[in-house]
Amino acid sequence: MMFVPGNNPGMIKDAGIYGADSIMFDLEDSVSIAEKDAARFLVYQALRTLDFGAKEIVVRINDLESGLGIRDLEAIVRAGVHIVRLPKTDSAQDVVDCEQEIVRIEREAGIPEGRTGMMAAIESANGVLNAKEIAFSSDRLIGIALGAEDYVTDLKTTRSDGTELLFARCMILNAARAAGIDALDTVFADVNDEAGFLEEVKLIKKLGFDGKSIINPRQIEPLHKAFMPSEADLEKARAIMEAIAEAEARGSGVASLKGKMIDRPVVLRAQRMLALADVDGAGEV
Amino acid sequence: MRDIKEIYADIPHIEDISQHGVYQSKRTKATETFAVRTQARNKVAADLKEAIRNSGLRDGMTISFHHHFRNGDNVVNMVVETLAEMGFKNLTMAASSLSGVHAPLIEHIKNGVITHIETSGLRGELAEQVSRGLMDFPVVFRSHGGRGAAIESRDIHIDVAFLGAPSCDPFGNANGYSRSEEQTISCGSLGYARPDARNAGHVIIITNHIDAFPNAPYAIPSNYVDSVVLVDNIGDPKGIMSGATRYTTNPKELVIAKAAADVIRASGYLYDGFSMQMGSGGASLATARFIRQMMLQEGFRCRFALGGITGQIVSMHEEGLIDRILDVQSFDLIAAESLLKNRFHQQIDSCYYASYLRTAAVNQLDFVVLSALEIDTDYNINVLTGSDGVIRGAVGGHPDTAAGASLSVVVAPLTRGRIPSIVNRVNTVVTPGSTVDVVVTDQGIAVHPDRTDVQAKLAEAGIRLSTIQELKERAESIVGIPDPIRYKDKIVGVVLYRDNTVIDVIRQIDEDE
Repeated sequence: MMFVPGNNPGMIKDAGIYGADSIMFDLEDSVSIAEKDAARFLVYQALRTLDFGAKEIVVRINDLESGLGIRDLEAIVRAGVHIVRLPKTDSAQDVVDCEQEIVRIEREAGIPEGRTGMMAAIESANGVLNAKEIAFSSDRLIGIALGAEDYVTDLKTTRSDGTELLFARCMILNAARAAGIDALDTVFADVNDEAGFLEEVKLIKKLGFDGKSIINPRQIEPLHKAFMPSEADLEKARAIMEAIAEAEARGSGVASLKGKMIDRPVVLRAQRMLALADVDGAGEV
Repeated sequence: MRDIKEIYADIPHIEDISQHGVYQSKRTKATETFAVRTQARNKVAADLKEAIRNSGLRDGMTISFHHHFRNGDNVVNMVVETLAEMGFKNLTMAASSLSGVHAPLIEHIKNGVITHIETSGLRGELAEQVSRGLMDFPVVFRSHGGRGAAIESRDIHIDVAFLGAPSCDPFGNANGYSRSEEQTISCGSLGYARPDARNAGHVIIITNHIDAFPNAPYAIPSNYVDSVVLVDNIGDPKGIMSGATRYTTNPKELVIAKAAADVIRASGYLYDGFSMQMGSGGASLATARFIRQMMLQEGFRCRFALGGITGQIVSMHEEGLIDRILDVQSFDLIAAESLLKNRFHQQIDSCYYASYLRTAAVNQLDFVVLSALEIDTDYNINVLTGSDGVIRGAVGGHPDTAAGASLSVVVAPLTRGRIPSIVNRVNTVVTPGSTVDVVVTDQGIAVHPDRTDVQAKLAEAGIRLSTIQELKERAESIVGIPDPIRYKDKIVGVVLYRDNTVIDVIRQIDEDE
């Protein structure tokens, strides 16, 4: 998920060319208070006029308490955004409140109810502890994400090698998996530190995250490469799926590969891997 | 010895053998030491004015300059200022190119010292004023190869060439760098000055650094040179070249560069022993980086890299990926230093580089990567006038390399700010579409319809192609269609193709309300 400042027309118009799986136009932290209206208008027009192909389009709104969030929703839901990203989600109630507004706007605008998806960013200690309730709070939620900068400030620490985020990452990941939705990791801010970025990507992949937010198109290729299953893994996954198909053709409930029985989790992993390889290929321009 | 005078008349066919008569024995040998001779009898003039007086320059004649000092140049302004002081009028300036630093020429055009300009490019205030009708005689724009050919064929007859050189000896062996211990400024290759030195009626080298004879290796040999002038300041090193041309980190340029490299590989022109030229723009330089990765993967070597040379090309040469460098112009200090230390880094002149009158180096290119300000749906390219119709660029080697290379790849962002790069008709045709093969943008690739071979190869490699019309429409869907530029009738510039035929004109912009 590539972050694009909502007040930068040059970056907005080019956002589709880099192969990111989803594009997140930001109305929140990257836009100064004086430019909130202009950015909202710009993103609204961009959603209505620009063609981003098959990419998932996300907009990060301001929080509802600020009063800006409602105005953001009024604009972007009407413009047909795919996913609303809610910042600073501390509780399930935050999601519910936002969803109510979305439902109202969808009705007013004649948009099929439920078309607008949601995603919640968890950025506080309270939010992390409520991760499970947040993850289960709405059918519209397609995922939850960690927002690390605010979170480490709340914890009274700073970002370092990732130790400080381990608990939050595990909480969010487990909550997402329990609810059957995606878990997205936070941004890595130093664009020029490719080695550090790759370290972090390796870690979150090991933990089980579905993806990561990025702030520069240069981070896309290394991220995709890291998440791309190896050719050997893909071979194995294909062999597993073939064995399953063969077993089904025989009418047998039990499939085996090289003498080993194939369990259901093994099948699920193989399916996920093949799907991932497919998605990555589709990202090419 | 027999007296040859007596039998001279009896030599059969003497009229066909020699017209110079009989040898006259006369003792005129110089006998002082070489050390004394270089001090006492050499070509160094007392000052610029003396050199000009000795040149035989008269009103109405043509003077020439090179542009290797780019925006740091002090030679053009210094010489024209001196010519104005000496009262010269009605001169033609045939420069290989002019930059923003040459704005003082405006005054000397207004006061009649310079009445006609020939160049490859114009930038800055001078270009703005020319576009607003400063000169009655249109500025003539030629490509680097076209200028070389015009000088050799005497389309341009240079009466006096004023050639700046960072190193020179008292007899005129001049170069763009120095091998002496003393430090001088450096511009690397003097490729664009060499046709002038060879063909001008009178050649004056202007230098800030006199080395002992012979200043070898040299770009310009002393036998072409009539006088040498020592001055304090020929140019500002900061404006002459940057320390090192850096690879871009602009993500859009990287997207374009990656796509361009993929196109080159898929079209079959990247193989062991290929040849290439890269422009100095961000995207074309970055293409070199992706080409390098492909070469390492495949174990390919490049036989030669041509053109304006950057540090990137030099580092590929030094790591053994490029066998030879042919350098008509050194773009950064690393390229200039490489001429000093790498013996397979060869300085060439603009005729050797790109003249249509001979089999030039551009004709040996597999591919060239070029940039563009505008591309039209007939694949014509404009690199000379901006979206406001004002001159702000240079023809350079663009049409020469596009015509010479087997595959010409033009890279450009689909839109720049609110301006589409792909249009119905370019403001100024510099490179004709018939010599352009592939257009690569950040939002799609189009192949000239004549290159069905390239289309087929790219399709086979799974590279998605658009038509140029589709790219134009996509650009317009993002930024709309700009209002047409308004021009007056007056022709302020004439663009010549590389064979010196007229390919387009530039008119005065109309700013009236």
